[in-house]
Amino acid sequence: MSSNGNTAVLEEQASSKGVKLPIYMDNHATTPMDPRVLEEMLPYFMEKFGNAASRNHPFGWVAEEAVDLARERIAKLIGATSKEIIFTSGATESDNLAIKGVAEMYREKGNHIITAVTEHKAVLDTCKRLEKYGYRVTYLPVQKNGLIDLDELKQAITDKTILVTLMAANNEIGVLQPVAEIGKLCRERGVIFHSDATQAVGKVPIDVNKQNLDLISISAHKMYGPKGVGALYVRRKNPRVQVSAIIDGGGHERGMRSGTLNVPGIVGLGKCCAIASEEMEKETAYLMGLRERLREKIMGRLDECYINGSMEHRLPGNLNISFAYVEGESLLMGINDVAVSSGSACTSATLEPSYVLKALGAGDDLAHSSIRFGIGRFNTEAEIDYVADRVVETVQRLRELSPLYEMAKEGIDLTKVKWAAEPAAH
Amino acid sequence: MAYSDKVIDHYNNPRNVGSMDKNSPEVGTGLVGAPECGDVMKLQIKVNPQTNVIEDAKFKTFGCGSAIASSSLATEWVKGKTVDEALSIKNMDIVKELSLPPVKIHCSVLAEDAIRSAISDWKKKQASAKPAAAVEA
Repeated sequence: MSSNGNTAVLEEQASSKGVKLPIYMDNHATTPMDPRVLEEMLPYFMEKFGNAASRNHPFGWVAEEAVDLARERIAKLIGATSKEIIFTSGATESDNLAIKGVAEMYREKGNHIITAVTEHKAVLDTCKRLEKYGYRVTYLPVQKNGLIDLDELKQAITDKTILVTLMAANNEIGVLQPVAEIGKLCRERGVIFHSDATQAVGKVPIDVNKQNLDLISISAHKMYGPKGVGALYVRRKNPRVQVSAIIDGGGHERGMRSGTLNVPGIVGLGKCCAIASEEMEKETAYLMGLRERLREKIMGRLDECYINGSMEHRLPGNLNISFAYVEGESLLMGINDVAVSSGSACTSATLEPSYVLKALGAGDDLAHSSIRFGIGRFNTEAEIDYVADRVVETVQRLRELSPLYEMAKEGIDLTKVKWAAEPAAH
Repeated sequence: MAYSDKVIDHYNNPRNVGSMDKNSPEVGTGLVGAPECGDVMKLQIKVNPQTNVIEDAKFKTFGCGSAIASSSLATEWVKGKTVDEALSIKNMDIVKELSLPPVKIHCSVLAEDAIRSAISDWKKKQASAKPAAAVEA
C-alpha cells in the first residue's frame, strides 16, 4: 500500500527534528526514570548499603537518615507528617494493606465497603476477596464522564460502612474523582476514606487534610522513579486510623508492614516527591499544552473520534480517544513505533474489552476502538506531532479497510444491523 | 505480542481490498462477526455461473491484524477455485499459513465463516434466479 511510503516520509521528518523512535507515550503504565532520581539512589546500592533497622552502627544510621528524608519529602508533597508514611513494595500492596487492613481492624464496627466499578484491579480484586470472607461491597457505577455521583455515594453509606475506597485519578481515562467532596462526606459520616492515588500523586495537588483523606496509595514508578517501591499514607490524628498488618515479621513501619526497607527505592521515591513539589505547576502547564496539541492535531483531521471521560476533570497528561470503525489492536500495529495502549479486547490478557470504558456506557464497539495516550515529562512537541501524524494516517488507512466505515458512510445504522457473530470465539 | 512476518505482510499490504455490487446475481457476500466482539469481516466473491469458478474476491475487515491477515489470505485462496473447492478451505489451514497463536484462532474461524457465508449467499441467489429463468423460457 502507498501508506508505507508515507510512513517512511514521516519517519524521515521526525528524525530531522531529533525524534528518536520508538516513542514512549504510555506513561500511565510506567514512567522512565528521571536521571536526577537515579543519581540520588545510586550510593545506596554500594557504599551506603546499610539496613535502616540497624540501630547500633553508622551503616544503619546512614540508611535510616536517608529513609527519614524520603519520608519527609513524601509527606510534604501530600500535606502529611512523616510518621504517617508507611513504605511498601508498590501501590498494589498499599491498596491491599489499606483495604484488608481496615476490614480486619474495624470488623467489629461493620462489614460494608464502598468502591466503584472503574477502580484498578488491585482495589476491585481485593474487595472481591473480602466478599468471600463475609464483607459486603457496593460497587458504585460511574456517570458517562467517568465521575461517580456523590448522591449515590451518600445513599450507599450505611451504619455498617467502614470504608470508602475511590481512586483519585483513573489509570485508563485519567478522570479525577471529586476527592475533596468524597472526603468531606466520609468525614461527616465517620467512614474511613482510602484513595488509590497512584496516578495522581505528583501530577495533581493532593492535600490529605484539605481533602480529608485517611489513607492513600502511592507508587514510585508512575512518577519517574523505580519499580518495586511505594507507600501508604495512614492518618495518625483527627481521626487516628489504624490498619492491621497483612505481612507479619520484624515489626517494621510501626508494625504495619514488616520487611527490611528497600532503602535505594525509598530514596528514589523521596526524590520523585521532592521534584514533584518543586515542578508540578510548571509541568502541568507543559503537559496540558502537549495534550491539547495532540488532541487538536488528531481530532482536527479525523471525523468520528470520541474522547472517553471528562476533559475538565482529568490528569494533564492523559488523552483517551475512541476511533470509530477501527479496531484498537490493528491501530497499535499500524503505529508500531509509538508505545501507547488500547482498551481493545485483543490487547488485554483476558480478551475482554476495557471494563472502565464499558462502565462509561460507550458500548463495547467503542471500547475496542480506544487508544490511551499517556504523555509524560520527557515527551516533546516534535514527538506529539509525529504521533498525531501516524495516528491520522493509520486510522484513515484502516477505515478504508473497514466494512463498518463503509456501511456507516452508506447511511446504515450499525446498531440496527443483525450481526452474525461467531459465538465460539467469545 | 509478536506477529508473524506473514501477518505483518498482509496487514501492511492487504490483498484484494474493496467491495463489489452486492446486488449482482454473480456476487456472493458474507458479513460475519459483530462490532462489540471486535471483529467484522465482509468477504465477497464473484462467481462464473457456467464454471462455478470464483473469478474475483474482495474483502473489508474491522478487527485486529490477525483478522485482517486471515481475511486477506482467504480472498487470495478462494480466487481461481470452484465454489466446492473453496468450501474445503479450513480455518486450521489459515492458522498454519499465518502461524497464528492460540488466542488468534478465532480470526481464522471467522475467515472460514466468511467464505461459507459468501458462498451460501451466492447459492441462494442462484437458486432464486433459476426458477425465474425457467418461467421466461
